[in-house]
Amino acid sequence: MIELVNVKKVFNAGNPSEFSALNSVNLLIEENQVTVLKGPSGSGKTTLLSIVGCMSRPSAGRVKLQGREITSLPERFLTDIRRKTFGFIFQQPNLIKGISVLDNVMLPAYPLGEKRVHLKNKAMKGLAALNIANKAASKVEWLSGGEAQRASIVRALINDPYIIIADEPTAHLDTKLSYRFMEIIETFKAEGKTVIITSHDPLVYDSSMVDRVVNLRDGQIEV
Amino acid sequence: MRHWIEKQRYIIDFTLSSLLRRKVKNVGLLALYTLIVFILASTMFFTYSIKKEASLILKDSPEIVVQKIVAGRHDLFPVSYIDTIKKIRGVASVESRLWGYYYDSLVGANYTLLTPPRNGSFTDTGKSTAKTTVIDNESTDSSKPLFELNGAVLEPGTLIIGNGIARLRAIGTGDYMPFLAFDGNVLNFKITGVLSSQSELVSSDLMLITGEDFRKLFGIDNSYVTDVTVIVNNPEEIAMVASKIKKRLPQARPIIRDEILRTYDSVFNWRGGMMIVIFSAAVLAFVIFAWDKASGLSAGERREIGILKAVGWETSDVIQMKFWEGAIISLTAFFTGVILAYIHVFFTGSIVFEPALKGWSNLYPNFKLTPFINLEQLTTLFFLTVVPYTVATIVPIWRAATIDPDSAMRFTGE
Repeated sequence: MIELVNVKKVFNAGNPSEFSALNSVNLLIEENQVTVLKGPSGSGKTTLLSIVGCMSRPSAGRVKLQGREITSLPERFLTDIRRKTFGFIFQQPNLIKGISVLDNVMLPAYPLGEKRVHLKNKAMKGLAALNIANKAASKVEWLSGGEAQRASIVRALINDPYIIIADEPTAHLDTKLSYRFMEIIETFKAEGKTVIITSHDPLVYDSSMVDRVVNLRDGQIEV
Repeated sequence: MRHWIEKQRYIIDFTLSSLLRRKVKNVGLLALYTLIVFILASTMFFTYSIKKEASLILKDSPEIVVQKIVAGRHDLFPVSYIDTIKKIRGVASVESRLWGYYYDSLVGANYTLLTPPRNGSFTDTGKSTAKTTVIDNESTDSSKPLFELNGAVLEPGTLIIGNGIARLRAIGTGDYMPFLAFDGNVLNFKITGVLSSQSELVSSDLMLITGEDFRKLFGIDNSYVTDVTVIVNNPEEIAMVASKIKKRLPQARPIIRDEILRTYDSVFNWRGGMMIVIFSAAVLAFVIFAWDKASGLSAGERREIGILKAVGWETSDVIQMKFWEGAIISLTAFFTGVILAYIHVFFTGSIVFEPALKGWSNLYPNFKLTPFINLEQLTTLFFLTVVPYTVATIVPIWRAATIDPDSAMRFTGE
């Protein structure tokens, strides 16, 4: 369970370009549910998602994960939580060019120092589950858009997180690939994972598997 | 601990793949870095070894050489002075020498002509009665002569020449070499031998000639020699004996062996220093390049750091990665540079620096140095190259590594 209490986020505080991305957001995200944060560009979806995923800190307010207040934790602890709790799927696949798909997928697990054989097996299993095991040795620049997206999903799952965060995952996918993505999300839900997605794609927020849609506008939740 | 080791392995693996991904940039940097270390290490190896070699050669040279000075210039040494020196307490023996320089206008080179004391020291009458005293010792091997005659006999009308001269003039045993004597006459000497190349550092430009021929060539009377060497019983008394010589013979100039060693030291230090000054511009260029490389992270590199942080890497992991990157480049460059310098100096005879570091004028000795390595200098070189580069790489990375992980989420272009 994730709880946001009176969360505010201000960019460039004190500068003429000061900009308030989130204004007093209160939100409770239930476990084992698919939650979609919906709203137009600039509504604060990505900012909210990055705060929920411990990628950035709120300017004010508190974030609680399983009842534990995590806002004031030092960077090291926050990174550790992020690594073990969250799996990130970005708008772009954000794979590192020049190295193989397999290496990209294993990347989040490197700082944990897991045995290579185990890690490799885990990665290969993940790639096989999404039908891209045959691309394991290929460089990421040789992948199609859909393959790259799937590789980034395997990467997000490598540390077996129980919360999946996806930022506009279908923004660069065609309809067929978007449906395929939603099918994958359904399997996550079936596995008992919590999924948080930002999107303004009806294919996502109108999907039957979505449990809750949170509307955001101008940094606030619309009731 | 196992996790920590595994983690370091992963980070090093990733670092190596990162380096390979930016091949052109990193190979360029590595080449430049290696070149700098190569130049500095070569200069260091060369000057250190040559000084060491010279000091070993001079170790068994006479403790004092006495010359005569007239109005500040070197003049011929009267044989009558020898008795005065012999009478000084503490002097074991005095030997006279005949040597001089001859300029060969044909090839523009200066030769050193020397009369090897054949059967003993030069007596008052100028006849040689001493055994060969010029020896090239490495302290343990006192039987190894400075120049080997290879069985060649030195008789009036003959010469034994150094390897450098043989090369320069393209002559050898059996050939004749003309000399213009002091009175304008041409003297033709037959070459009966070429000195071994082992001692070329000191014998490249050397010519051995009999006393009689030497006097004929330079017009030196029997009552004069070039200078004398003095052997002192007690090494503690060398300075005292030298000052007594100066006192009794005001026109004499005693030169102590230590002074010669000091001169060699400063000559090669100066040459080495000159090389380093010349190449300091290259060092500076490298520093600027390295700084630019280290501080000016490309957008791609920044994005990569953003992704790594977003997928769960800590700031310290990113810094560790960059530390390994710097360490791999600088250690590779350091060891490659040092090994290449070692091969260059001790196996190829410093082919690159030859004109600057050895020899004078047109005659360059062709010799192989005995490898002497000063660990202290090597450590200094290590701290002057590897450490600054590694630090210079890490400091700017610190700033980049603190990029917010959510920057990867904001990145929309591929």
